[in-house]
Amino acid sequence: MSSTPSRPNHTLTIIATLFVLVWLVVAGFPFLWTTWGSFKVEADFFSRADWTNALSGVNTIRQTGGAFTLDGYEGAWIQNEFWRAGLNTAMVTVVVTLLSLVLGTLGGYALARSGYRYAFWILIIALVFRAMPHITLVSGYLVPFFELNIWGTLPTAIIVLVAINQPFTLWMLHSFFLSIPKDLDESAMVDGCTRFQAFREVIVPVMWPGIITTGLFSFLLAYNDFAVTAMLLRQENQTMIPKIASFLGSIESEGNVMFAVSSVVSATVPLFLLVMFFQRQIVGGLTAGAVKG
Amino acid sequence: MPHKAFAWFILPSALAMLLFIALPLVSIVIQSLYVEHPQVLEQVESCSPFGGCTMETRVDAQATAALREAEPLGRFNGLGTYLNRSHLATGEIAEILRSSDGFADSLRQIYQLPFYRALLFTLCYTFLVTPLGMLMGFWIALAVNRIPAMLKGPVIFVSLLPMIITPLIGSLVIYWMVNSRGILGSLLQWVTQDPTLSIAASGPLTWAMLFLYGIWIAAPFSFVVFYAGLQTVPQDTLESAMIDGANRWERVRFVIIPHLVPLATFVSLVQLMDNFRVLEPIIGFNAQARATSLSFSIYNDLQAENGQLFASAAATSLLTILFVIVLLFPVLIRTWRDFSRKGAH
Repeated sequence: MSSTPSRPNHTLTIIATLFVLVWLVVAGFPFLWTTWGSFKVEADFFSRADWTNALSGVNTIRQTGGAFTLDGYEGAWIQNEFWRAGLNTAMVTVVVTLLSLVLGTLGGYALARSGYRYAFWILIIALVFRAMPHITLVSGYLVPFFELNIWGTLPTAIIVLVAINQPFTLWMLHSFFLSIPKDLDESAMVDGCTRFQAFREVIVPVMWPGIITTGLFSFLLAYNDFAVTAMLLRQENQTMIPKIASFLGSIESEGNVMFAVSSVVSATVPLFLLVMFFQRQIVGGLTAGAVKG
Repeated sequence: MPHKAFAWFILPSALAMLLFIALPLVSIVIQSLYVEHPQVLEQVESCSPFGGCTMETRVDAQATAALREAEPLGRFNGLGTYLNRSHLATGEIAEILRSSDGFADSLRQIYQLPFYRALLFTLCYTFLVTPLGMLMGFWIALAVNRIPAMLKGPVIFVSLLPMIITPLIGSLVIYWMVNSRGILGSLLQWVTQDPTLSIAASGPLTWAMLFLYGIWIAAPFSFVVFYAGLQTVPQDTLESAMIDGANRWERVRFVIIPHLVPLATFVSLVQLMDNFRVLEPIIGFNAQARATSLSFSIYNDLQAENGQLFASAAATSLLTILFVIVLLFPVLIRTWRDFSRKGAH
């Protein structure tokens, strides 16, 4: 034994701290850089000649008179009506989160309280559904949706996203419900509650932390979706992510890549706030899934 | 819970999954057996004042539209779509194997076929990014566990960003930096002293960039889970290992890693599922000329400007789902064994 293990090893702490610092730069710097650059003109953000142009904003000053410009944001939000996509995203994510939670708590509760074999099979089928790439399902939606004439509208995309969310929501809420003792709803039913009353009046109130955590992940799934919203929404109903994708094709060729940059930065803001306020719940949710699942 | 109550509680959720996950699967199977109607051609005699008359073949747009309207699925094609050049390409492979000189040569020719190109990239991405992302996350967790407590909150905050970010947005943010005019792209040119170096123009570099990007977004998830696991490592086991003379590495190897194995199984399952569906990075990095994935092939078929290729997309989808099931099979078997054992006593 060469060293006393109980003595704190300073070298190792320093190495660990350095490693963490490098990781912080790797994880955070791209966002910082892009946010900073979104207030510049294209010649500065993509400065082939000298990268310090992006810091000093030489071309931005020459073209707009100031070191920072809102041209990119104005072009995206006003000229290209990104605000419409923002509204659509707000609508889709809020409704999808609420509906997913309603269906998920009902189903998750049933799965957690049923001791029968079929509950297990439903969970396994849900796992297989969870594993299927979303785009494979989308290829099955298009023809029927064209035939039924429901393609392109927000309600269609919302219902599809809720359904695609279900496997994950069921698994997560099921494991949260398992952690609530059975005695609680059983004693409520002995006291004369029906099964549904016991669920609503007794179980749901103690489940709020689990519901909020699951809601966060449903929100993320709906917000971050690309495959479904890109293929199922017509142009005027597009949400932010497919809108950004369509910017890439149409705008980059016109030399207005800064519109895409500023809309990308705009779309990260809600996510940033989400992590800021709900960090504890997100971390808790990830680990809860790992420990119980 | 009695069967009837269970049925009512699960009904809305089960209905949603049945209608929008199970039924589309049926629709994929049917679509893949049909193929789009060919354009209706007609023979027209066109005469010019001096050139005389010639017979021309033209597309009868009206008749084509009417036919497609009447039978939107197209005509029955059996397994034709599965076996054609853009999918399993059985005929082409038989030809390659017959005529090629050597194993490497036939592999290279098979790689030219679109389905196998997409499959190879998808498999490489899945099986490289999953373990490397977990390894990276494990290192970060070990390192964060050692730094002063007051720094841990902010570090976790920043670490969550790559994971939480929309994949398309994350890939665009990185793409703009590694672009030959972006900051990292210029840095790379400066380091290699090669002003023409461009990641997008090189196949291996594009692959490497996509893998690194994958690790970047995958590592935080493993980090968070492993970091939580590290908090519950039994301290008395660690101490007895120290008393028995285990050095730092041996303690990690024989105490910490075994403690984290159940978590690692869970993380690898989730990451395999997520990495196998890789789509957005290829769009964000505009990398389809160098790398395509199975999901991207489906997306591309559905995007096609002059007519969406539903049959082709459906066939690729079904093959993809088969791969997913093969991928999940070990997990399913193990869950089944656990469940039967639990049911036994």
